[in-house]
Amino acid sequence: MTTLNIDHVSRWFGNVVAVNDITMTISPGVTGLLGPNGAGKSTLINMMGGFLAPSTGSVTLDGQAVWRNEQIYRQIGIVPEREAMYDFLTGREFVVANAELHGLGKKAAQKALATVEMEYAQDRKISTYSKGMRQRVKMASALVHEPSLLLLDEPFNGMDPRQRMQLMDLLRRMGDEGRTVLFSSHILEEVEQLASHIEVIVAGRHAASGDFRRIRRLMTDRPHRYLVRSSDDRALAAALIADPSTSGIEVDLQEGALRIQAVDFGRFTALLPRVARDHGIRLLAVSPSDESLESVFSYLVAA
Amino acid sequence: MYDPTVARLTYRGLLGRRRALILGALPVLLIVISVAVRAFTGTDDQVAADVLGGFALATMVPIIGVIAGTGAIGPEIDDGSVVYLLAKPIKRPTIIFTKLIVAIAVTMAFSAIPTFLAGMILNGNGQQIAVAYTVAALVASIAYAALFLLLGTITRHAVVFGLVYALVWEALFGSLVAGARTLSVQQWSLAVAHEVTGGDLVTSDVGLATGTVLLIAVTVVATWFAGQKLRTLTLAGEE
Ligand SMILES: Nc1ncnc2c1ncn2[C@@H]1O[C@H](COP(=O)(O)OP(=O)(O)O)[C@@H](O)[C@H]1O
Ligand SMILES: [Mg+2]
Repeated sequence: MTTLNIDHVSRWFGNVVAVNDITMTISPGVTGLLGPNGAGKSTLINMMGGFLAPSTGSVTLDGQAVWRNEQIYRQIGIVPEREAMYDFLTGREFVVANAELHGLGKKAAQKALATVEMEYAQDRKISTYSKGMRQRVKMASALVHEPSLLLLDEPFNGMDPRQRMQLMDLLRRMGDEGRTVLFSSHILEEVEQLASHIEVIVAGRHAASGDFRRIRRLMTDRPHRYLVRSSDDRALAAALIADPSTSGIEVDLQEGALRIQAVDFGRFTALLPRVARDHGIRLLAVSPSDESLESVFSYLVAA
Repeated sequence: MYDPTVARLTYRGLLGRRRALILGALPVLLIVISVAVRAFTGTDDQVAADVLGGFALATMVPIIGVIAGTGAIGPEIDDGSVVYLLAKPIKRPTIIFTKLIVAIAVTMAFSAIPTFLAGMILNGNGQQIAVAYTVAALVASIAYAALFLLLGTITRHAVVFGLVYALVWEALFGSLVAGARTLSVQQWSLAVAHEVTGGDLVTSDVGLATGTVLLIAVTVVATWFAGQKLRTLTLAGEE
């Protein structure tokens, strides 16, 4: 059983604070590291993998320091975000080389290639691979020595739905075997589908932590904002404001639309069409006005 | 200390099609020049020494050294693929030492062999000139490979700095300023070469002892330092 301890870790680059005083424990099973682009996920994963020194704080794996300790890689497998990977080799040559660097042989390499279902293309040059194929060969190179900790930075980027599902199955299986698997993503659905535990980071800070139900609740319980155009904005506003699911309505004369803030997401989405129908009002447009992931995250940080 | 897998990856990267073409261009040029000189002037020991000293040792060897030395590690650090070496339980000095061996072998192959061939073409090794410059190219290959491997480990602009050193310092500045000449891999290797010919066609500004000590010191210190640098090499996200 392998546990990764991140203890009051910060990392800055010049004036930019990429990771700001993060403390978390990554336990066996699958953990998702969720955050928008630029949140500090890669920086944190690089420190977890021993490729970057924390400016302050420490990262330890079962009590052993990770930074400047090459023996730690007997236990760690890494799938980096960057694409480059000895493109002049074939997939098989690449994975065999990775196995040899662990003191293992062709057998371990072949097994890893089979695990990611890349045997069919193993003798092609990596330079001819699609993004999804590259991702799977990287995965194979990280698995050759059957690590107890697997770190993956945005592993689903560029994968088609079928490949994504395959990799999710594989990671789930590894989590079930008792390995510690951590992957980063900026897509909530991805993390929800796979991770039994989620760590959210935003702007370098640790924003939330828990299983997907808790994170989902944090996200849906916040006020939702909608921009609504209808055949009679005033009548619609009057009818909606009476309901407790609506916490605020503003008539935007310039836009010719209503800005509505709803506190109860489920109730409001049922209410709006019903009210419109009852009052004979035609809804011309209903659009969420702040559904970007960033706004969801900034809400989480403020909470 | 030496890891055959690291060596294989380094050779394949270095001798990829494009870089191999660049590595091969100067030796081909040297041979062409030698054939032309031989055809026009016949065999002349002084001319042979001028071509080998002025072009082969002063220009070709350091440039090959820059390409092989920085190329043995620089591109991997640049594109991030070095992570696949670093994420392994291998001592960092072992990675550097292995890459040094590869860089030395490639520099020697692409510089010493053509130097010897050119010497044979120019004057058939008269007065041991071909052998002397070949020895100079061999020992210079070691020091250049170590220096430029270090440069490739510490800076992204290793090729530029390397070429500036090779062309400005060794070739140009060195011929103008006396002080610069004693701090020059070329002069140190010439001191060794002088020992081979004994005559005064191959001379150096430094003595054999000084040259040898400095060659060894530069090689050892550069290699040690590169190993230390690799231990704390940080991989940050794409900026
Ligand atoms: N090497 C670096 N130099 C300067 N700033 C960096 C460097 N690496 C990352 N950053 C900055 O740190 C922040 C976090 O980046 P990163 O960890 O790559 O985020 P994420 O992976 O979540 O997208 C960003 O603002 C980024 O610009
Ligand atoms: Mg990232």
